[in-house]
Amino acid sequence: MIKAILIFNNHGKPRLIRFYQYFAEDMQQQIIRETFHLVSKRDDNVCNFLEGGSLIGGSDYKLIYRHYATLYFVFCVDSSESELGILDLIQVCCYFFKMLCRKKQMVFVETLDKCFENVCELDLIFHMDRVHYILQEVVMGGMVLETNMNEIVAQVEVQNRMEKSEGGLSAAPARAVSAVKNMNLPEIPRNINIGDINIKVPSLSPF
Amino acid sequence: MPAPIRLRELIRTIRTARTQAEEREMIQKECAAIRSSFREEDNTYRCRNVAKLLYMHMLGYPAHFGQLECLKLIASQKFTDKRIGYLGAMLLLDERQDVHLLMTNCIKNDLNHSTQYVQGLALCTLGCMGSSEMCRDLAGEVEKLLKTSNSYLRKKAALCAVHVIRKVPELMEMFLPATKNLLSEKNHGVLHTSVVLLTEMCERSPDMLAHFRKNEKLVPQLVRILKNLIMSGYSPEHDVSGISDPFLQVRILRLLRILGKSDDDSSEAMNDILAQVATNTETSKNVGNAILYETVLTIMDIKSESGLRVLAINILGRFLLNNDKNIRYVALTSLLKTVQTDHNAVQRHRSTIVDCLKDLDVSIKRRAMELSFALVNGNNIRGMMKELLYFLDSCDPEFKADCASGVFLAAEKYAPSKRWHIDTIMRVLTTAGSYVRDDSVPNLIQLITNSVEMHAYTVQRLYKALLDDISQQPLVQVASWCIGEYGDLLVSGQCEEEEPIQVTEDEVLDVLEGLLVSNLSTPVTRGYALTAIMKLSTRFSSVNRIKKVVSIYGSSIDVELQQRAVEYNALFKKYDHMRPALLERMPIMEKTATNGPTEIVQTNGETEPSVVESKHPPPVTQPTNQANDLLDLLGGNDVVPVIQTTMPTKPASAGGELLDLLGDLSLSGGPPPAPAPSVPTSQPSFLLDGLSSQPLFNDIAAAGIPPMTAYNKNGLKIDFTFERANPNPNIAVITIHASNSTEADMTDFVFQAAVPKTFQLQLLSPSSNVVPALNQGTVTQVIRVLNPQKQQLRMRIKLTYTLKGSAVQDLAEVNNFPPQSWQ
Repeated sequence: MIKAILIFNNHGKPRLIRFYQYFAEDMQQQIIRETFHLVSKRDDNVCNFLEGGSLIGGSDYKLIYRHYATLYFVFCVDSSESELGILDLIQVCCYFFKMLCRKKQMVFVETLDKCFENVCELDLIFHMDRVHYILQEVVMGGMVLETNMNEIVAQVEVQNRMEKSEGGLSAAPARAVSAVKNMNLPEIPRNINIGDINIKVPSLSPF
Repeated sequence: MPAPIRLRELIRTIRTARTQAEEREMIQKECAAIRSSFREEDNTYRCRNVAKLLYMHMLGYPAHFGQLECLKLIASQKFTDKRIGYLGAMLLLDERQDVHLLMTNCIKNDLNHSTQYVQGLALCTLGCMGSSEMCRDLAGEVEKLLKTSNSYLRKKAALCAVHVIRKVPELMEMFLPATKNLLSEKNHGVLHTSVVLLTEMCERSPDMLAHFRKNEKLVPQLVRILKNLIMSGYSPEHDVSGISDPFLQVRILRLLRILGKSDDDSSEAMNDILAQVATNTETSKNVGNAILYETVLTIMDIKSESGLRVLAINILGRFLLNNDKNIRYVALTSLLKTVQTDHNAVQRHRSTIVDCLKDLDVSIKRRAMELSFALVNGNNIRGMMKELLYFLDSCDPEFKADCASGVFLAAEKYAPSKRWHIDTIMRVLTTAGSYVRDDSVPNLIQLITNSVEMHAYTVQRLYKALLDDISQQPLVQVASWCIGEYGDLLVSGQCEEEEPIQVTEDEVLDVLEGLLVSNLSTPVTRGYALTAIMKLSTRFSSVNRIKKVVSIYGSSIDVELQQRAVEYNALFKKYDHMRPALLERMPIMEKTATNGPTEIVQTNGETEPSVVESKHPPPVTQPTNQANDLLDLLGGNDVVPVIQTTMPTKPASAGGELLDLLGDLSLSGGPPPAPAPSVPTSQPSFLLDGLSSQPLFNDIAAAGIPPMTAYNKNGLKIDFTFERANPNPNIAVITIHASNSTEADMTDFVFQAAVPKTFQLQLLSPSSNVVPALNQGTVTQVIRVLNPQKQQLRMRIKLTYTLKGSAVQDLAEVNNFPPQSWQ
């Protein structure tokens, strides 16, 4: 069983955390810190398996991770999972995250891709909800649910469309009214400032 | 009120924070806004607020106040709300029952919703965080969805069923009918999750396993699916780097492993397909290797043909040579699993495995080390040990302890000669001395004592080692002990095996005195050195010098050393006639246990056996889970478990035990090889002292703390008396005295105690488990409570005993501890 999926960057800043076994909030953060500590001191040319996390599960427990540009994708699993299988799964997940974010905002990512290596990290940060929804279609309750890429993409797309039809201004008059009422809102910045390069953000999710 | 800012803006704002404090401030501000929005029951922006809360939760900020809002979102009609609400429920909800109760109804409704995606969300949530009550209530709905024709729901229902079974195993049978047609499904998602469900059922219940083997003919079905997968051509849907649905293949292979385990018929039925998978799988990519690895594990686990097993081991051998470190790692892992069953087959890859010891990767190194130790046998011990000792020399500190104990164990088992054995252990002590386990010192001493013909050789080697390096404490301790024992052999220079060294008595004493004053020496080492010097008083002629040294330490600030010196002084003055007999060479020790901490029973003719042999208390049946029961005593998680140490009760100290005392190998708090091997070193003052210190210190410390009665009910009375542990005032030593005023004995008496988390509690063994009737005697038991924060002591106690054949159990809380006991 997959006990947890943790994604954090090279500085240990969490980018996605998903626990499939209950841990209190502070314990979760402790696990993230410990995992980061264990994983970050390893070279890139060593194997992707690591034993010795003390906080979840004990000896039956393994960290399987991939280091991907600025991100660590770590799956905490017990012995009922195939080590090599999970490695493939991480790759599949990475692929999904990238693809789905790209499909929506081709321009955004295309530009970024030219400037930065860390395209994937920004995707995760600004699409936190969406990344969770994708993950939800891949892994459920700590078990692999579906690995067929087309199927997953299709299902998530339909759900995103459903959300959009509810969330847009035209479909929700109540929101439109309140939006007009609050005209004195501070101007929503249209630029993300990263270093000294500005990137246009073309579309915004309902949140 | 203005609309709350969007999630994306919040993220952007947080990212501009330059410091942690700035970020915290921003979040606090936003949290305040979210709280007030929640208070106003704003329905429009609730989803947005919860989404923001989830982001903050990820960053590690408290977000529990959003829990109820998640429930409100779930109950909403809008899909957007439900989607984020369910996500929030999975991420934020804790194990509180009331929240779950509220959710059950929502989930029940949504499981019957007309939109499959809403149903999917409900299934997903139930399958992630459903409590056992929820599972009980909703299992019927899950079972219904498991039978639908909608594959999107069916696959989720299958995983949900797995979760239900994990939470409430007795519901398993309910899903049995629905499993019938699962494997005839075409959709791979459903197939995959069905295999997971079947695996779970087979693993949990032997009955299910038998049922699926015999009645359902599961093996042929799985074989057919697997065959289709490997035979079918390219299908873009399921292809992962050229292999058709490797995830499903891996799952099926795992299930086959469970079905084929110790079952001839099933194993027979899958032999062919396993051979096919093993030979046909393309291994240029990771996915292929993943399948191959799984196949190998299955072949090794089931009753497969011998040819197939050879094939499997060879695949692993190929894996070992693979460039990919991950593949090497899994190869080592699986060889480690098979080494018990197919020792010889694994042995063939020995050289490759030993090469892995030199790998840069710690994960691989560790595996290779474990495997190397598993491969050591009588034939290859010399070669293997050479490699492993070389590894020990060069490896990271984290490996040294494990490697050292591995070497000790292997050497003990397969040593070709005593000399080799002693050399090996000494080599370990010189290279990794500070990492070895405490018991290795007495073990080596015992080994040396027992190899009589090696004494002269050993003492010379050790003396030389001591001249080179006195920083490795275990080595120094062993060396001191040996020099004390065999000092005469050292100076006489009789050694056949090696160039004898010429040393004088004074030189030897110089070295030992050097140890006494060296900063590198621990108190334990000093104790060894002093005792060694004392022993030399009968082996050397320079008695006056020794007298002088001993009397100097009579005023040492180290109490342990001081006491030792005072005793030796007394030996010189009052009992000089007994001295030669007392300091005689140690007799050969008998070995009672191999592997792990060795218990040495001393057979010194001069001491009474009853004193030397540690008397074990009557067996108190105390399964570990009983400690967990006790946790409930204090209501959940603010309790630390009771550590029930089974300590041999220390024989009552008496003055006449001087003999025994001197016979001891270690005269200080170090690892004492006799008479009580399992007493931890943290308790020195109790054990080393045969003479007087314990009663003395009891008298002093007990003064001033009044005893108390902790429990008095149904004729059972429990009194507590208090002492303060001498070196550490934070430890309160409580002795319980249980007495029984009824006319029948109380048997199977067990006293357990639990304290709040800020304390630590150690319960030593009771003096007996029978409380005699009519107050004819008491049972005593020592509790040590560590109270670093000096808080008021509170304790829950649990008493179980049998009185006149009926079991009695009672709980009590003790709050009226006298303030002196904890202040």
